[in-house]
Amino acid sequence: MSNPPVLEFRGVTKRFGTLTANDDVSLTLQQGEVLALLGENGAGKTTLMNILFGHYQADEGDILVDGEVLPSGSTQAAINAGIGMVHQHFTLADNLTVLENITLGTESLWSWRQDQANSRKKLAAMISDYGLVVDPDAMVSELSVGERQRVEILKALYRDARILILDEPTAVLTPQESERLFATLKSITAKGLAIIFISHKLHEILAVSNRIAVLRRGAIVGTLETATSRREQLAELMVGRTVTRPKLSAIKPGDLVLEINDVSTGGTGATELKEIDLTLHQHEIVGIAGVAGNGQGTLADILSGLRSDFSGTIELNGQMLAAGNPRAIVASGVGRIPEDRHARGVVANMDIWENLISEDLRSDEICRAGFIIDGAGARVRAEKQIEDFDVRCKGPDAETRLLSGGNMQKLILARALSNTPSFILANQPVRGLDEGAIAYVQEQLLEARKRGAAILLISEDLDELMTLTDRIAVMSHGMLSSALPTGERSIAEIGLMMAGHGDQGGAKPGSLADGH
Amino acid sequence: MVIEPRETVSVWRAGLAPVWAILASLVICAVLISWAGASIPTAYSLLFKGAFGSAFALNETLTRSIPLIFTGLAVSVAFRAKFYNIGAEGQLYAGALAATFFGTGLVTLPPALMVPFLVIMGALAGGALLIVPVLLKTHLKVDEVVTTLLLNFVVLLVVSYLIEGPWKDPASLGWPQAASIIDEGVLPTLLAKGRLHFGLIIALFMAVIIWLMMRFTVQGYEIRAVGHNSRAAEFSGIKVNRTVIMTAMISGGLAGMAGVSETAGLKGYLTLDLSPGFGYTGIAVAMLAQLNPLAVVPAAIFLSAVYVGADAMSRAVNIPTYIADVLVGVSILAVLCSVMLSQYRIRWRA
Repeated sequence: MSNPPVLEFRGVTKRFGTLTANDDVSLTLQQGEVLALLGENGAGKTTLMNILFGHYQADEGDILVDGEVLPSGSTQAAINAGIGMVHQHFTLADNLTVLENITLGTESLWSWRQDQANSRKKLAAMISDYGLVVDPDAMVSELSVGERQRVEILKALYRDARILILDEPTAVLTPQESERLFATLKSITAKGLAIIFISHKLHEILAVSNRIAVLRRGAIVGTLETATSRREQLAELMVGRTVTRPKLSAIKPGDLVLEINDVSTGGTGATELKEIDLTLHQHEIVGIAGVAGNGQGTLADILSGLRSDFSGTIELNGQMLAAGNPRAIVASGVGRIPEDRHARGVVANMDIWENLISEDLRSDEICRAGFIIDGAGARVRAEKQIEDFDVRCKGPDAETRLLSGGNMQKLILARALSNTPSFILANQPVRGLDEGAIAYVQEQLLEARKRGAAILLISEDLDELMTLTDRIAVMSHGMLSSALPTGERSIAEIGLMMAGHGDQGGAKPGSLADGH
Repeated sequence: MVIEPRETVSVWRAGLAPVWAILASLVICAVLISWAGASIPTAYSLLFKGAFGSAFALNETLTRSIPLIFTGLAVSVAFRAKFYNIGAEGQLYAGALAATFFGTGLVTLPPALMVPFLVIMGALAGGALLIVPVLLKTHLKVDEVVTTLLLNFVVLLVVSYLIEGPWKDPASLGWPQAASIIDEGVLPTLLAKGRLHFGLIIALFMAVIIWLMMRFTVQGYEIRAVGHNSRAAEFSGIKVNRTVIMTAMISGGLAGMAGVSETAGLKGYLTLDLSPGFGYTGIAVAMLAQLNPLAVVPAAIFLSAVYVGADAMSRAVNIPTYIADVLVGVSILAVLCSVMLSQYRIRWRA
């Protein structure tokens, strides 16, 4: 620690009205290290990085790069000082090639020709130096999520970044892609670059960083050496209290609730379902593991009522599912937690009470005389749901877009679980949430299981599935394996099945698939 | 200078945005007026007097605001659902065609029934004109901006054909106009003097109805949900295509009523200059009102005042009436800027 830091925050404070987003933050970043910035959603991580990158100006304090004060409020100054940012949501042009995306904005507007030979050479050197393998001439639209992220990193490195900021980089990656990213980060720091790694996932931070700065409510509450940190200690620092994720207790499954029989959607694409069979019982959580884009979304759409173009049968409590009719499906006792809160879950520009009635808008409870919304009644119900599900907001009339991610998910839970559904479809219910909210969502699912609901949990997080499910089935290329009791297959086995190897589905009854 | 988003926008700040915009556009147009060689205070006081300065002026301003309230409502409903209906002009003429078809002798009812009958027929005709564009949008994803805009010209040519051909009034001494609306179908005037007619009452009534619908009904909820986030609307069970089609019918219907009101209320018969672009100005009205149905009324009266007042002003100080179009255009741009600024804050820093 004798070297002068490459980057230093000195007493950075940023206020938005009455809210203090960053409170007297002081931090140093040394050459060749990975500094993890740990904090829950809304703790001020992104605000701090936006100040560094010139999107916001700090109200107080300075940022020093190599001992020199960085002019505030200028993105160009930040880039010139060697700061590169890889945003959580990629900023790539789909219709351009990798090389074009990377050189975009780095060339003079006044030259007639692109100097492609030189940029190609520089890019090729970077690709081999850092092991960021990607085809320079591929169209970005054809790349996988992991490849796109490599392009983002290359883009920053191409601009001679010496300080790389990665904002929640693993949020969109599979476990394998995350591992690969961590290896890349090691090779980048080995070349003398410094990295700020923003995350709220403890195991990742412990795996990848040298030091950890924990941010809570805008202030640094601790800076620790990774080598001597423990997971529990970090969780407590981050949340401010002890958080334990709930665990499954043994309950005997009850009656059959959902029976999916030989469901196919036709076609051979990876997302098309191929002869899916699955049963769910009361008091049972069944997990579906798989890499994104292998048909989980199709199955979720069918069960949510968004698609009806399938063959085979789905029965809910002995009745045929009202395929293609979301309201009828909800009315028949299905609670749905969609994969994407913002795109599918809520209408952000409408009020909280309005989002809470969206699924039973035309029911007798909400709708008077066939077309008038009972606003007063809906608000009373909303107030109770807000209280029951601990949605932190100003009240039913607050705009939904002002909610944090966790509170938005609680709102969706309130809508999906309030009328005690017999079947719950939970598609990635904790994605992008902080520890406190994750524990809350999982507790609610377990509560519903205890009550007697059957729950289908679609997740890409194997740890989550291993701790939270009674049985696990694996989905790959539109085929679903049989659902075996959790623990009968190891994580390694499930990983292989996710990649399409080994014990594979389409498993007809009596086939050899499960070795019995 | 730094532009930062505000976390929350207070209601009164959002509401004041159009007022600031109108002030800004008056300042910008002052430059043009002085350039044209007129005194700015004289010109603006003449404009104000021309719009509100006498019973006659006020009467004209309100009369001219009637079609703008209808088309402004038509546009604001459609835009709420992100259905960009640029064809209110054509739908207005479709309504006028229906009023002429049914109102020149084909059907005769007592006035208390004849007027509502014509209004409903005009609304149906306006809505019918949108059937093809909206189905093209919902089923084939054809951009409605193009189809609705181009239909305006088609309708105008049809009107032109009819009033110069089969529907030409033999008593018109050769002028291209259709027969007069029968007395039972004519909208009564509201005052002893002036042209202000019953269409104003219908327009205000529709503004209240549309406001109530958007705010308190299932249909209004569905329109807003589809406009803000159609994927979430679909997930919650709203039939998105059906909602868009319904919105288009309401929008076209409102614009069609403007045509009935102008034909049966103001002119008495259909001509090719029935509307000097009320359909297009309706877009400006809706933007100025920020798509709020109640705010459409003052926005329509304001724009009507600008046009009526500019007529008077230009006659008095010899400035081209185009100043009115400039003022309207600038105020729309200013509204868009000020709405943006009401959501952001500018901070001045060294």
